[in-house]
Amino acid sequence: MSDPRIALERVTKTYGAHQALADVSLEIAAGEFVALVGASGSGKTTLLKTINGLIRPDSGQVRIEGEAVGDLTPHLLRRRIGYVFQEVGLFPHLTVAENIAITPKLLGWDRARRAARAAELLDLVALPQEMGGRFPAALSGGQQQRVGVARALAAEPHIVLMDEPFGALDPLTRDALGDDYRALHERLNLSTVMVTHDMTEALLLADRIVVVANGQLIAVGTPQTLAASTEPEVAALLAAPRRQAERLRARLGETV
Amino acid sequence: MSPQVEAAFARLPEYLAWHVLLSASALGLGLLISLPLAVAASRNRHIRWPVLAGASLIQTIPSLALLALFFPLLLVISAASEDLIGYGFSALGFLPALLALTLYSMLPIVRNGTTGILSVDPAIIQAAEGVGMTPRQRLFQVELPLAAPVIMAGVRTAAVWTIGAATLSTPVGQTSLGNYIFSGLQTENWVLVLFGCGASALLAMVTDQLLGLIEAGAAKRDIRRAGIGAAGILIGIIVALTPLISFGKPASYVVGAKNFSEQYILAEMIAERIEDLGGEARMKEDLGSAIAYRALASGELDVYVDYSGTLWANVLNREDNPGREAVLEELTRELAERDGVLVLGSLGFENAYALAMRQDRATALGIESLDDLARRSGGLTMGGDLEFFARPEWTAINEAYGFDFRARRSYQPTFMFRAVTSGDVDVISAFSSDGRIAADDLVTLTDPRQALPPYDAVVLIAPDRVNDARLLAALRPLIGAISVEAMRDANYSVDRDVDKLRPVEAARSLSQKLGLD
Repeated sequence: MSDPRIALERVTKTYGAHQALADVSLEIAAGEFVALVGASGSGKTTLLKTINGLIRPDSGQVRIEGEAVGDLTPHLLRRRIGYVFQEVGLFPHLTVAENIAITPKLLGWDRARRAARAAELLDLVALPQEMGGRFPAALSGGQQQRVGVARALAAEPHIVLMDEPFGALDPLTRDALGDDYRALHERLNLSTVMVTHDMTEALLLADRIVVVANGQLIAVGTPQTLAASTEPEVAALLAAPRRQAERLRARLGETV
Repeated sequence: MSPQVEAAFARLPEYLAWHVLLSASALGLGLLISLPLAVAASRNRHIRWPVLAGASLIQTIPSLALLALFFPLLLVISAASEDLIGYGFSALGFLPALLALTLYSMLPIVRNGTTGILSVDPAIIQAAEGVGMTPRQRLFQVELPLAAPVIMAGVRTAAVWTIGAATLSTPVGQTSLGNYIFSGLQTENWVLVLFGCGASALLAMVTDQLLGLIEAGAAKRDIRRAGIGAAGILIGIIVALTPLISFGKPASYVVGAKNFSEQYILAEMIAERIEDLGGEARMKEDLGSAIAYRALASGELDVYVDYSGTLWANVLNREDNPGREAVLEELTRELAERDGVLVLGSLGFENAYALAMRQDRATALGIESLDDLARRSGGLTMGGDLEFFARPEWTAINEAYGFDFRARRSYQPTFMFRAVTSGDVDVISAFSSDGRIAADDLVTLTDPRQALPPYDAVVLIAPDRVNDARLLAALRPLIGAISVEAMRDANYSVDRDVDKLRPVEAARSLSQKLGLD
């Protein structure tokens, strides 16, 4: 078997007295959708940022498709990895199409190829073509995050990192965007790593869930194996979505 | 249109051109220095404080002082560069004005630049890193475009300040719209002062509006609007500078003048005589007393008129008073030996420092001499021109007579005369050739202890002009030709409130009266 898309090998990161990551190892295969769940400050976002070099580990190593991140030029690495985060961070002085095509522009694609790619991605994230000429301020929150996803996918990365990507959206939009993204993930054979504090979202979207607490991976498994876990922290994390599902069933009947 | 306004308009192309060239260069240079500083300050908080504090500190220096300070500094640097690489440069005029105004323009640009870059939303910075921008790409593609409206607001402030402060470059020998203000102030020509203020205010307003278009264009991402603003600025600069193509060529002789009427009149007379003999002459007016002599010694001026006592005390640092003839002789010898400057001779009159009082007040208090004044000084207020109390002459009479004035005030000379006639002060430092002494019914006090040195008006020639036959031929007839009465009349014709003459007119009339034309 070839190298995994992403491999963390005994990664440690400390901020002063706080250990954000303690000897963490994890492999993510091509086509896999992994959710990192855990409380605030558990270390899940730090873990995510070691993958695209926004954070450098104190010790241990991260490999992307076999290459050590420490040996790669940071900005060149990031052009190979899509990055989506809660605040979206669209460039307000650029049009939607220019935002989408920013990484291709940095990679030196010509104007025609960039325009074609932006148009293709607007279709892919289900936004109308005429939106390409608008500025981000004219878009709703859900539309902005669709542009955020399109921007992450523009340079045809194999890997997409998402940091609470749908956290600021209303439930309906969030649901639709999550489903749409999962479909894209499969169609493009991506490896996706998504940080979320929402266990329900993780259960619905991910192939594998990694539970992070105090800088350690306390459980790694498919939704089904986690559901069978006797680990108290994992059980606690699953309790909320279970209870919600039961209460919904009780109130709405078997139609749910 | 009145002849005064007409005369003012006639000089506008030259003054405006220099003013625009100076302000635009200072602002451009200021931007080139300030923007990198702002970027550095926004990146590194350890240099942020020193950079911002330094720029603020410069701002607290009065702009006139900042301009004046560059003259001695550049003189030293120029001398050093002449020693090292055999090439010196002018420490007077454009360069000191440019450097001082550049420093002056920096604060708003550095401050707004730093603030603008730091206030870019952190999420957008994170996105810029996430999409794979290098730090340089992040700066030029994200941070600077987003900070542009704030930076442009700073540039607008800097532009208005610079255009205003550029009027103060006249005393260091740089022509600007300030020439109207300084010579108007001196000759009490308020039309001229207003004209200068109005022209500079108008220039500042137009510039501000055009920069405002660029700022609004940057804020609304409206390239057309920003383009109109930028094109307006560019066209304005080009149109304003066209007169310099003809004015800019160096004149063959530079005639210096300090900042009072007698100096303007004598400089005009000298210039006219040079031109009569086929030379070309240009004036550098409103020079400070100390600046004028050093500028002549370093060859930046070719000729100007100074006073023996001033040179005796300020240049030779002498405090003794061996008498009128001896001072003149020794001065001629020492300046030639020390600096190679030629003292061509005395014009024939003295413009001595003299303390003056209102006739009626002096009579009432029984004051005729400085001895009388010293006895009464405890109850009196003394007014001096701006430099008097810092001059050795003041130290000399103060030591000789032991004054103990109740208060001392400094005035611009015009206002000093107003102050003594209105009774705000009792006694002032006047000049014996000032026409206002007689006109304002003042009396000068005698100096029985001979504490004040003589002040013969002498013509000084720069070292590299001492063998210039045309210049010497033009100036020799002036030596010993001007009586104190004739000079006093000419001065008063410029200083009086009604029926004022311009210095050039007074110079012509004086030449005619003396049969020199």
